[in-house]
Amino acid sequence: MMKVRLMLTCLCDAFYGEVGIATVKVLEHVGCQVHFDARQTCCGQPPFNAGDWKAAKQVAERCRSLFEGNDPVVTPSASCAAMVREGFKMLGVEPEVPVFELCQFLRNVAHVERWQALPNQRRVAFHRSCHGRMLGLGSTQEDLLRLVGNLEILPLNETEQCCGFGGAFSVTHGNTSKGIGQQKLSQIVASGATEVVGGDMGCLMHLQGLAERLGVPLQFSHVASVLGDAL
Amino acid sequence: MNPFDAFVRNLDPATGKSVHDASATKTQQRIDTLSAVFPDPESARSAAARTRQYVLDHLKPLVLSLEEQCHKNGIVVHWARDAKEARSVILGLCRQSCRPGAVIVKAKSMATEEIHLNHALADAGYDVVETDLGEFVVQLDHDTPSHIVTPIIHKNRYQVARLFEENNIGTYTEKPEELTSQARRHLRTQFRRAEVGISGVNFAVAETGRLVLVENEGNSRLSTTAPRVHIAVMGIEKVLPSEADLPLFLRLLAGSATGQRATVYTHFIHGPRKPEALDGPDEVHLVILDNGRLDALAGPYRDILRCIRCGACLNVCPVYRQGSGHAYGHVYSGPLGAVLAPALEGVGLAAIAKASSLCGACEEVCPVKIPIPELLLHLRDQGVREKTIVDPIPWSGFVAVATRAYLWRTSLQAVPMAKLVPNPWSRHRHMPRRDGRDFRRWFRERA
Repeated sequence: MMKVRLMLTCLCDAFYGEVGIATVKVLEHVGCQVHFDARQTCCGQPPFNAGDWKAAKQVAERCRSLFEGNDPVVTPSASCAAMVREGFKMLGVEPEVPVFELCQFLRNVAHVERWQALPNQRRVAFHRSCHGRMLGLGSTQEDLLRLVGNLEILPLNETEQCCGFGGAFSVTHGNTSKGIGQQKLSQIVASGATEVVGGDMGCLMHLQGLAERLGVPLQFSHVASVLGDAL
Repeated sequence: MNPFDAFVRNLDPATGKSVHDASATKTQQRIDTLSAVFPDPESARSAAARTRQYVLDHLKPLVLSLEEQCHKNGIVVHWARDAKEARSVILGLCRQSCRPGAVIVKAKSMATEEIHLNHALADAGYDVVETDLGEFVVQLDHDTPSHIVTPIIHKNRYQVARLFEENNIGTYTEKPEELTSQARRHLRTQFRRAEVGISGVNFAVAETGRLVLVENEGNSRLSTTAPRVHIAVMGIEKVLPSEADLPLFLRLLAGSATGQRATVYTHFIHGPRKPEALDGPDEVHLVILDNGRLDALAGPYRDILRCIRCGACLNVCPVYRQGSGHAYGHVYSGPLGAVLAPALEGVGLAAIAKASSLCGACEEVCPVKIPIPELLLHLRDQGVREKTIVDPIPWSGFVAVATRAYLWRTSLQAVPMAKLVPNPWSRHRHMPRRDGRDFRRWFRERA
């Protein structure tokens, strides 16, 4: 049985505990033994993106030392995984942490080729988070979801476009962030989907908050929850 | 609120729609064309990136070779350390050629925008006429370009029609072909009268001293051949090593910029008119502009000098699409401008590097693979260190909490309380809710 260490992410820690729970269930389903170090906090991405690298380095150093070792670290976020993999390098925080975004781990390390079907048919739009670019994620997450029965992924236009979240950008450039989010929501609505699936709660939190403010009736689900719902 | 976001807030919906629609169309055309032109667009980009990197690594010998070859071809080379020097060189050349009051035609050139040449020429009494359709509209409207390739991406044809009517260019029409004909008739008379033509340069070939210009309207051809004197202005980094590099770069530029397999016109300027030739200028001058580039070359943002000004990063950028180039407050806008402007003019401009969600779409489309998000992050770091970027709330409090597990947990418990006070998040969106169970408790209790 492979030992993996869960990096929960701040958003799942603060708001979306169910996504963390689904992540554990999914990992256990593929035969992993999941460890969770309760001392974990944040990877340091917010101050890193803001440009305060001195602050970022202190948080990143702590994160790195907490996840020292060779067992894979799995996180339900491309954003946090990209920070740990690429951001730490830029900060000079070394040695490297063996971090994986959840779907990347499931496909490339656990070699998942099959998945159960959902109890009910769901027609969803998939939102690619931008940090997947930095990880070379490509269509990994959608490929995994295509293994799930009773799940239809509808074609979405302008998939290369960001949702407008961008961490602190969403508050420092609130009007810009909102405008980008509205574009994304209108593409999602045009796809015919009533549910949006994504791999980063940052994007989904922003899009959901915006959809609720604008009265756009959409459901938002993390990819871990969708995989978990099928078990 | 920062100036960028304030600009976005105040942008009228018609302008926003023009910018969005044109950018989205160009983004799609780029993908379609590059995948049709290149068997493997990815390796084409890699090859172009390598060549441009080679140029930056060998800039001095390449530019000296360019100068020598130009000299052999009869092109007079001038050097300009900064914008002021460039303006005075160009003004000097104009004064040698014609009296104040004479018509000077200009083909589209970002380098001349960068040095604010038009004002200097107008102040000296010259009648400067922009001849690129977009630039012509910008000039008539006392506006500035909002995109480095498509300067009036922020305008629609109704606005152009009203502008032409007000300026007696033609009667109001909503047909793009008729508007174009009106501009063409007006500009033809200007070309006949012009005594000097000023252009930019897309590529200058070090091996042969040939200047390469691309365009779609024919105005560059007229600007560089009809007047007696042609002055070309180029940033020092625009050199390419050899003629053999051109097929790749011409296709990559046309595909990335406008989704074309090739631009309608491609000019190879070898020098002034030969005695037996029927037309062409008597003099060709090349002004090579530093204006911060050599400093940038020696600094942490040197990769941005690989840029070939295709504008693909502007088109794909979700942030650019919200504001147009005007939101950036600089001649160079979009992801490229957010790095190039501070790279050329100093970290005082670093705050513009914050106008990005760091989504990385720019790097994905860049024909020379400039790691723009990484450069933006470095700029933010330098800006914070040198205090040209100051966040409203210092990050020290966050560090104190995020480096102590017990403080972290206590703070997270309190996060949902944030909805009770007005905050910048909830100005535009509903606050997130705690959804279902708490992970830490669940994990503890199942053990």
